[in-house]
Amino acid sequence: MVQYNMTARLDASFAALSDATRRGVLEQLRGTDASITDLAERFHMTLTGMKKHVGVLEQAGLVATQKVGRVRTCKLGPRRLAEEMAWIEEHRQLWAARFDALDKVVEELKQKEKVDGRSKE
Amino acid sequence: MDAAKSDPTSGKDRTTVERKSERELVVTRTFNAPARIVFEAWTRPELLKRWWAPKSFGLSFLSCEADVRTGGVYRFVFGHAASEQPMEFIGRYVEVAPHARLVWTNDEGGEGGAVTTVTFEERGSQTLVVLHDLYPSKEALDDAIASGSTGGFSEAFEQLDELLVTTSTRVGRS
Repeated sequence: MVQYNMTARLDASFAALSDATRRGVLEQLRGTDASITDLAERFHMTLTGMKKHVGVLEQAGLVATQKVGRVRTCKLGPRRLAEEMAWIEEHRQLWAARFDALDKVVEELKQKEKVDGRSKE
Repeated sequence: MDAAKSDPTSGKDRTTVERKSERELVVTRTFNAPARIVFEAWTRPELLKRWWAPKSFGLSFLSCEADVRTGGVYRFVFGHAASEQPMEFIGRYVEVAPHARLVWTNDEGGEGGAVTTVTFEERGSQTLVVLHDLYPSKEALDDAIASGSTGGFSEAFEQLDELLVTTSTRVGRS
């Protein structure tokens, strides 16, 4: 029962990430876009098998695919891009907080220099 | 410079962060002081300690050691309000050019850490600070992003693996 609830709580992305091949596919796509055929070859799988994996990743928003002619190309999906934007914003907030604190230190040093300058010369 | 950009001295836009390329991240900010003063605040540990781990971000210094000379090493340990584990940052100063430039390595994660270059550019009575993180590869920067606190994948993988092990063990027994 407990395990049933736990399993039920796994959302689409966690479920998508629970498979070693699918994690491998994400790693692969992090480096470069690839067709389903490329991915099937690399992971020693049938096309049908790889299509299933890519479908799960796509549903979770982790991969996006586009069909050009007869080739379906896979790349990292919107969730990864959103993750990058969130990270950059968090990074900006950290630096903004640091620099606000640095501003105070700099202001103090400036004042101190003025006072010291006067007393020395 | 692009004149159409928002005023760099006003509020929220003062600090900019941009992923310049697959391997580079750039942070900029202008300070109302000459370069020598801003540089001093980056290179004297007792001053660095006052701003590098901002309280407003939930951080606090547990330890701050920095031997800011070419070849010198640093070790910062922060505590975070939301985490029991302290965070450690270590590395080496590769270049220390007074009032102009600082370069250091970020070695806490082993290989794959960025090299940080900070330049101090005096413009009138102000100083433009440009902080540039160069990662050894696109994957290294992607990894840094993925392991960030905003729902990182590596952590998620680990938690998930644990969860699945527990779940499957229990299912197996029942």
